[in-house]
Amino acid sequence: MNKKLYTINVYSENVAGVLNQVTTIFTRRQLNIETLSVSASSIQGIHKYTITVYTDAATIEKVTKQIEKRIDVMQAHYYTDDQIIFQEVALYKVPAVSLLGSNKVEKLVRKHNARILEVNQTYAVIELTGHPDDTQALYDELMPMGLWQFVRSGRIAITKSPVERLSNFLALIESRKGKNGAE
Amino acid sequence: MDKQLVTGSEALIRSLLKEGVDTIFGYPGGAIMPVYDCLYDHKHELNHVLVRHEQGAAHAAQGYARVSGKVGVCIVTSGPGATNTITGIGDAMLDSTPMVVIAGQVGAALLGTDAFQEIDLVSLTQPITKWSYQIRHADDIPWAVARAFYIARSGRPGPVVLDFAKNAQLAKVEYEPQTINFIRSYQPYLDIDEEAVCAAAQLINFAKKPLALVGQGVELGDAQKELLEFLEKADIPAGKTLLGLSALPTAHPLNKGMLGMHGNLGPNVKTNECDVLIAIGMRFDDRVTGDLHTYAKQAKVIHFDIDPAEINKNVKTTVAVVGNCKETLAAVTAHLKENKHTEWIESFKESEETEYNSVIQGELNPVEGPITMGEVVNRISVATNHEAVLVTDVGQNQMMAARYFQFTKNRSIVTSGGLGTMGFGLPASIGASFGAPDRTICLFCGDGGIQMNIQELGTIMESGATVKIILLNNSYLGMVRQWQELFFHERYSSTPMKNPDYMKIASAYGIKSRAVHLREELGEAIQEMLNAEGSFLLEVGVIEKGMVYPMTPAGATVTNMLLGY
Ligand SMILES: Cc1ncc(C[n+]2csc(CCOP(=O)(O)OP(=O)(O)O)c2C)c(N)n1
Repeated sequence: MNKKLYTINVYSENVAGVLNQVTTIFTRRQLNIETLSVSASSIQGIHKYTITVYTDAATIEKVTKQIEKRIDVMQAHYYTDDQIIFQEVALYKVPAVSLLGSNKVEKLVRKHNARILEVNQTYAVIELTGHPDDTQALYDELMPMGLWQFVRSGRIAITKSPVERLSNFLALIESRKGKNGAE
Repeated sequence: MDKQLVTGSEALIRSLLKEGVDTIFGYPGGAIMPVYDCLYDHKHELNHVLVRHEQGAAHAAQGYARVSGKVGVCIVTSGPGATNTITGIGDAMLDSTPMVVIAGQVGAALLGTDAFQEIDLVSLTQPITKWSYQIRHADDIPWAVARAFYIARSGRPGPVVLDFAKNAQLAKVEYEPQTINFIRSYQPYLDIDEEAVCAAAQLINFAKKPLALVGQGVELGDAQKELLEFLEKADIPAGKTLLGLSALPTAHPLNKGMLGMHGNLGPNVKTNECDVLIAIGMRFDDRVTGDLHTYAKQAKVIHFDIDPAEINKNVKTTVAVVGNCKETLAAVTAHLKENKHTEWIESFKESEETEYNSVIQGELNPVEGPITMGEVVNRISVATNHEAVLVTDVGQNQMMAARYFQFTKNRSIVTSGGLGTMGFGLPASIGASFGAPDRTICLFCGDGGIQMNIQELGTIMESGATVKIILLNNSYLGMVRQWQELFFHERYSSTPMKNPDYMKIASAYGIKSRAVHLREELGEAIQEMLNAEGSFLLEVGVIEKGMVYPMTPAGATVTNMLLGY
């Protein structure tokens, strides 16, 4: 099987329990979720999930359909990396001494286009947004200087396609509502 | 209109009545007592059937739904009452049976505290329901019930759970009836894709050897008439899945029998010879396909299904016609040429003869030796003029009944196909008797399966349900024994079974009964059963080591059917 990283976008109603329903669909097929990020979308009442997973084309198609089948899920689509623009955010905490002693950390921050979010007498917190390779590269360089904490978010992604599938879907749904009588 | 202040329980009952519910299967308990108290006031319009175990309630609701086409309903208490329904919920999910389970739940203030009889039912049932929802506020009730019924019966039907917190049952609410026929995140079925319809028709029009595979989707979509027009216009032979057996009358010339592991030789062999395979409301279960790598590789595949997630799930399709098959079949038929496939249809004869000579003849017309399961099934089918509803349990009895019972009417088979639940038959047959009160209900079960929910004889006693129970007693867990004989060197590990005196059991429950061991008595005993008023238990001592043939071993190619010793 030809496995690669797929990104799934899921749009759901903002009701309790949907995340659970979505994740068990992966568990059942023994698929490990690589990253997961969930939040409200710009559309009132609709939440958006970005999920990444290593699998093959046939499986991702089936999984996506099964996600979409859940009642409270509006739509689910899957993409390969070339179809989307995506980012992750990483936060790094380094001891204050590593900043004060030399300008090494500052140079790294500039080199990687990172930002310093906070500095105090004990530590500094650095933020970097990018692809996993980018955040990993900074991690590798900070590590020898003493890295107290590190965290990376799940991926968020936006498509390159000019078509906004969810908007089209919502328009269609609204037109149906007219046909069938309102909820 | 004036809004009325009622309790949450009363709001529930009114909502159920509004959905057209007339029969409920259930069992009371602490967390659902307010609802039961209300049921007392509604006895005249809502028939509550008290079962003896909540698993029985769920299977009875399934049986009711399958024969009536309506939503089956059960009401149970929280905790153990609710968990006892889970097998039935899973069964309904796999067999696409519309069902609403209403379970009591502890008061909302106690949720999450491991309170007495608290169980997280929504989480437990989410993966095996179409929708599972907790009602915590009485205001929610009309909406939740309307939504539950809409989801259960629309699109691809399935089970829904309403977990009903006790405080919401007691609270007062202004009851206002609600109707739901739209949910923005849920499309019961998609609009017809004209391109797919034309592509399908094109493939069929040029097919030399088309074969249709008919599943339960046809009956769920009420599309039997559309199916007949489709098959007859293009002259397409059809195999049927276990759940699709009554979607096409057995005697129809285009019916070529049952698909799958214990199905008929013809449709199985021809699956790997046809040029266009047309699946209609069936989902290519592994019990039908056997080894997917060798399944219908030569054929172009057209798949009619209401559920987009079924397309390409197991078998890659050439053309997918997604939608309600009542509409899609009609749409495709409109584009079909009148056709004749005489030679192709004739070619089934060879398999039919082979199967008849090596399996059927001996099974249905043995001249000596013990009674066989097949002959019992066949004689009862004949004695009921092939008009009865067949309910089965699981095992050899199920496969024999499916193979040899004949169907003339729609919605005439109730069996646990997807989950294969032993213990399903007895409660499901009770439910079926309420769902189709004017029809004869014949339950075939094994000595293992009947004991798995034998307490439901008490439900028959109390409710007066009329079920003709045919217990095919082989003193073994027969189907497992068959596999042990074939694949485990006849090591009969825990399959011989000592049986109780079923006549005494029946009589303890006030159910008429008779046991038969001799072929000469069989006909008369069947007549006695059918003539008896009310339920009857007919125990037939059948051949102990009978085998269900033909058989495609699990995972083998469908054409490699074993025909016997
Ligand atoms: C709840 C459940 N437990 C176990 C099984 C496995 N199983 C399938 S068929 C069968 C034997 C059934 O024996 P019996 O009810 O006597 O029927 P027969 O096969 O003899 O007709 C068993 C144990 C099952 N399907 N369901």
